[in-house]
Amino acid sequence: MSVTLDIRLKRANKVYLEGETVAGVILLVCKEALQHHGISLSMEGVVNLQLSSKSVGVFEAFYNSVKPIQLISSNIEVAKAGKIPGGKTEIPFEFPLHTKGNKVLYETYHGVFVNIQYTLRCDMKRSLLAKDLSRSCEFIVHCQPQKSKVIPTPVNFTITPDTLQSREKNSLPKFLIRGHLDATNCVISLPLTGEVVVENSDVPIKSIELQLVRVETCGCAEGYARDATEIQNIQIAEGDVCHSLAIPIYMIFPRLFTCPTLETTNFKVVCGLGTAASN
Amino acid sequence: TWQVHWRSHGRNYDTELQRCRLEAALVDFGDYHPLKPIMVTDTKTRRGTRKGSTSSSSSSSSSAPPDPLSSMLDGTDPLSMFAAASDLGRRKREKEEEAVGPDFEPWSLKRGEILARFTTTEKLSIVRKATSQGSAVSEKVRTRLEELDDLEEGSQRELLNLSQQDYANRIEELNQSLKEAWSSDQKVKALKIVIQCSKLLSDNSVIQFYPSKFVLITDILDTFGRLVYDRIWTMCSDPRPLPDNFTVEDVNDTAKETCLNWFYKIASIRELLPRLYVEAAILKCNRFLNKSGIQETLPRLTAMVRGIGDPLVAAYARAYLCRVGMEVAPHLKDSLNRNFFDLLGTFRQISSENVRAQLVLQRVEMPEYLTLYSPAISWILQCIAYRAPEGHNLIMRAFRPEFVAARATDFIGMIKDCDEAGFPKHLLFGSLGRSLASADPPESERLTILNEAWKVITKVRSPQDYINCAEIWVEFTCRHFTKREVNTILADIIKHMTPDRAFEDAYPQLQSVIRKILTYFHDFSVLFSMERFLPFLDMFQKDSVRVEVCKSIMEVFIKHQVELTRDPVILNAMLHICKTMHDSVNALTLEDEKRSLALLIIGFIRMVSFGRDFEQQLSFCVEARATFCNLEPVLVQLIHVSLFFYSFITIPSLSSIFSRLSLYLLSGQVALANQCLSQADAFLKAAVSILPEVPRSISVEGKLRSSESFLVDFINSFLATLLVIPDHPEHGVLYLVRGLLNMVQDYTWEDNSDAKVRVYISALPLLAAMSQETYLYSIPKVDSNDTLYGGDPKFLSEINKLCETLIGQILDHLKTLGRDESTRRQGALAFSLFGVLLAHGDLRNNKLSQLAVNLWNLSHKHGCCETRTSVRTLEFIKHQTQQPDMTHLSDMVQRLTLQSRT
Repeated sequence: MSVTLDIRLKRANKVYLEGETVAGVILLVCKEALQHHGISLSMEGVVNLQLSSKSVGVFEAFYNSVKPIQLISSNIEVAKAGKIPGGKTEIPFEFPLHTKGNKVLYETYHGVFVNIQYTLRCDMKRSLLAKDLSRSCEFIVHCQPQKSKVIPTPVNFTITPDTLQSREKNSLPKFLIRGHLDATNCVISLPLTGEVVVENSDVPIKSIELQLVRVETCGCAEGYARDATEIQNIQIAEGDVCHSLAIPIYMIFPRLFTCPTLETTNFKVVCGLGTAASN
Repeated sequence: TWQVHWRSHGRNYDTELQRCRLEAALVDFGDYHPLKPIMVTDTKTRRGTRKGSTSSSSSSSSSAPPDPLSSMLDGTDPLSMFAAASDLGRRKREKEEEAVGPDFEPWSLKRGEILARFTTTEKLSIVRKATSQGSAVSEKVRTRLEELDDLEEGSQRELLNLSQQDYANRIEELNQSLKEAWSSDQKVKALKIVIQCSKLLSDNSVIQFYPSKFVLITDILDTFGRLVYDRIWTMCSDPRPLPDNFTVEDVNDTAKETCLNWFYKIASIRELLPRLYVEAAILKCNRFLNKSGIQETLPRLTAMVRGIGDPLVAAYARAYLCRVGMEVAPHLKDSLNRNFFDLLGTFRQISSENVRAQLVLQRVEMPEYLTLYSPAISWILQCIAYRAPEGHNLIMRAFRPEFVAARATDFIGMIKDCDEAGFPKHLLFGSLGRSLASADPPESERLTILNEAWKVITKVRSPQDYINCAEIWVEFTCRHFTKREVNTILADIIKHMTPDRAFEDAYPQLQSVIRKILTYFHDFSVLFSMERFLPFLDMFQKDSVRVEVCKSIMEVFIKHQVELTRDPVILNAMLHICKTMHDSVNALTLEDEKRSLALLIIGFIRMVSFGRDFEQQLSFCVEARATFCNLEPVLVQLIHVSLFFYSFITIPSLSSIFSRLSLYLLSGQVALANQCLSQADAFLKAAVSILPEVPRSISVEGKLRSSESFLVDFINSFLATLLVIPDHPEHGVLYLVRGLLNMVQDYTWEDNSDAKVRVYISALPLLAAMSQETYLYSIPKVDSNDTLYGGDPKFLSEINKLCETLIGQILDHLKTLGRDESTRRQGALAFSLFGVLLAHGDLRNNKLSQLAVNLWNLSHKHGCCETRTSVRTLEFIKHQTQQPDMTHLSDMVQRLTLQSRT
């Protein structure tokens, strides 16, 4: 006898803001009537932290992961023990997204060392002979959009061999690259924009890439662990581009892997330049 | 005298036939039938009501419906629902493309041209370009990204040394696997295929092939764009399909979310070129998300192209943007212009170190490299120039053929003055010729243009360059000049291409020369009188190509040669061409190929006619038989043809006149049955022409007997054949019937004989049958007069006039008989004419019915009629009056009296 259990959220994009209500249905499909010992639904929001092996010893990282921080948790009983009729049954539910006390609902974020995740989990208890059924479903929490309008502050940059923090500074060929970013503080839902101009370069350029890097910092008893990882790398120029022609910088932030700067995480943009020497 | 107005009685042969048959009675079998299954038609199912538990909304689906099949058919079945949806999608697409208007030369036309023009014999490879080193990506991330980039199929990397055809096939395979992946719901794999394909566009290792590669790969991108669009579109088609001019509000959230996900996925593609191309491919999907999406995306993508270093790759990326832009939003001129100006701005890249090094490496000359740009640039210009305000852009107008044509002489001057080192003149003349082929320069300048141009072209040394250019100018020459000039050009081409067998590398161009000539010269006597035409054909020495060329000539011949021919020039040349085709047949030739060759040769044989010179026709057949012995269908055709000619030549040698007549008639019928109309005509004409020779008495079994009855019999069966013979277009209406009747009139019949009048009387049913809408009988695949004239009133009045003349003649004869006191003969003739009127005349016509009554009375006047026949006739008429359209006969039947013999 087969039965399927599913959670369907009303919103197609599964994005909810703090204070809103998460609504949906529990969907049960079975051919015949089904006996059960109760159906429950729980919502949970957790921050998972893990220490990088670089910052602490490998074994420590393995054993000594930091305790998860619970942001939100609630549980409701959907149905008491009884029978579900054959066919398709939909049981609607609603959860308000409110925190208790002074806890903050951080935005959903999937990082390497920091994970903020919100899930709905539905459990159906059944008799001894049949297995319990369970199903979970992630939903995404975004912060309330900022009320005050951010005035973008453009920034200009120049890259030459001298500006690079490189040991072989002197062996590098000469080049001059200018450009600007339209804002240093970006609205996360809008793309990062700007321009880059190759004023001159002794060797032909092979590729210009835009790298989005996040720096995650985890606090624990021994101190802080700080790690930089790449989120996204996008090529904006390929081959020896025309000199003194503005090439657009444009990157959409991958929403799941990026988050607004937080006390535990922050991010910055690094313009990585591939100027491999010509042979 | 009597003035008769003949009208034929309209017949419906089918219903008459039906009437003669037994009536079919319907048999009622009743309800019972042993084979019928026992069926209960009225069932009432009780649906069990269930207690709703908890707050659930439960929809029951377990109660069994009475008949599973009929319930399936209830509502739309999923298949037709799909078909309807995709059909709608297609219609919608077509409609939207109209937004550009029919005056815009579509991409599909350019496509083929590019594929044919940019080819290579170099080996190609589909190989993933090594990712550039040196960027600050951590190892772990790099491998992960590479995993993502890679397709599941490992074979992807190892395709080296492909020929051009293999390459195209491989791309087509990718296209197929894209569709498969899509239909099996592997959307990610589909996206990966598209990304892989667009990556190939950054590889220009075989640069001459790049334009064609662009065409092939953008085909895949188009497919992908269509698939994504249709998918999202069908997501919104519940409960009813989206209207054509849908707005963002009509799109449901799930569809929007899916669409947005596509854009996010594409935005995270690491490499520039795939990201650009794939987003451009699904540009149209912006319609689902917001109003201004396309308007915002196009300029962004346009700017993105600036990041492409290679000028050729960039130019084609721009061309693609312009293409999708024109398809989706032709009104957005700004980004088109932006593309063009960026293109001009980066043009200096062409002379950069990188490009030079590459050209040296691939051994490609600068001029040739420059021509690679022309499809992309001309496409961009075409998009910009489309419905651009007049005078808005002088530079654009310069590219229109009309403009070039009007100033062709100036151009030639300019080209002559320009420096050979920069750009070879023959290429310039080639482009000029291409423009002139589509627009005409002023008449007075044409000859000068041709002379000036040819002076340069003929001096081009390399045969390949020469033929490329000459081929283009053939079109101009054919269009405006006579066979003399074309002949000169052909001679010049032969002179250039023969040394060192240069023609071997130029078959496509030479074929195109032939094609162009055939487009303009349809008169084959002119064509073959060009001295150089056949020698030109001799340059096609590769068998397959030669047959190809011969076939194309034959096709044009069959299509355009309307008149039969006996021109020895045409016959010789065509025989030569047909022989070439025939000789290509060998044991390995496919059935299909044989059939098409045979059809072409038969087409030629049909067009050959020596008129009345049948001896020569027969000898032609004999020659053809010897030449085409390998193609059976041709031999069959020859047998058909020669059969007739053989008969035609042999029949006159017979001494028996009646054998001759009946053989002519028989051959005519056979010819007709084989759709050889002209031969049938000739046979029947011959038969008519020897009628006067029939002697009045012949010897039958040693005794001398009157030939009259034989002759009348023959003429009757001849008349029956005449019904289906269509009129000859050059002779008058009913040419053969008139000819026959004239012969009958002039024939010296026996004295005191009614034979002539009997023939006249039997001609009336024929004429009546000829005026029917559909004839009683016809020969398959032969259009008789009923189809030819389609009941034309003029044709009918001709027939009626003829009938009236005949009746007049018959009545005159009846009068003379009355005078001669041969009342018995008069009565018999009058009665048979009465019969004919009754059966074939439209007796609603008062005069005609009066005539019929008179004839009846005349035949009964002297009491020499058989009463039994008269009684039966009357009974027949009475029976007829019961037919719905025959009621008028009841009047007449009362006026017909039986005279008992006193």
